[in-house]
Amino acid sequence: MTVSDVIFYLIAGIAVGSAGMVAFSRNIVHSAFALMGTFLGVAGLYLTLGADFLGAVQVLVYVGGILVLMLFAVMLTHRIGDVEVSNRSVGRLPALLISIGVFGVMVTAIGQANWGSAEPAAMSPTTPGIGEQLLTKYVLPFELASVVLLAALIAAVMLSRKEIRE
Amino acid sequence: MVGLEHYLVVSLLLFSLGIYCVLTRKNALGILLGIELVLNAANINYIAFSYYGGGGYDGQVFAIFVIMLAAAEAAIGLAIVLGIYRSFHTIDVEAIDRLRG
Repeated sequence: MTVSDVIFYLIAGIAVGSAGMVAFSRNIVHSAFALMGTFLGVAGLYLTLGADFLGAVQVLVYVGGILVLMLFAVMLTHRIGDVEVSNRSVGRLPALLISIGVFGVMVTAIGQANWGSAEPAAMSPTTPGIGEQLLTKYVLPFELASVVLLAALIAAVMLSRKEIRE
Repeated sequence: MVGLEHYLVVSLLLFSLGIYCVLTRKNALGILLGIELVLNAANINYIAFSYYGGGGYDGQVFAIFVIMLAAAEAAIGLAIVLGIYRSFHTIDVEAIDRLRG
């Protein structure tokens, strides 16, 4: 067991452990905070896979953006007074069976598939390469992404503004 | 030695937990949290295959688009949740059964 293995198991443990807290915690605020552990753990996994730019993007967008947005929504909709003890829609047991079933099927598939033996890519800074790809091969999706983001921005403003009656 | 399968199993664990979270929550925000878990699991797969499949940037660029869509989805989803909360005064997805505003 080398040092990189220990680091991998540590980071994976953090990510999966906090994902478990997200799924099993009864308090939505605890879930939202545990999601931060998952996002940071996933960013660490990106770094162990040599994706330095994506690790930084993950921290900036997920932890700095989406998570703060989620916490805002939790605080705005969560009334301290009403304690929701039961917060399940599908029963707990069927949901557990479905997730374990999905996990079992896919873990068998992963175990049986022949993934080939390609050498891992060498670790090098990825930012210049990604930038070049975004402006050459993926320029159309890139432009579409900006349109999607603009539409999302306008829609979010439209949905959440106060109604002004004439 | 950590290989591709290890990353796939970690991502699968995140995916299963996300599915469980989506299925069991009554709270609309809890469902959104579960969806974020599922999207992250998909992203780990993209990066892992990109790394163990001989490099190249295709997987990473796709992951960037997934992150972009997740951000848009979170913004719209939360705006809708807040809108629902304004008109129903709850975000329990089982209590929201009227289409008429």
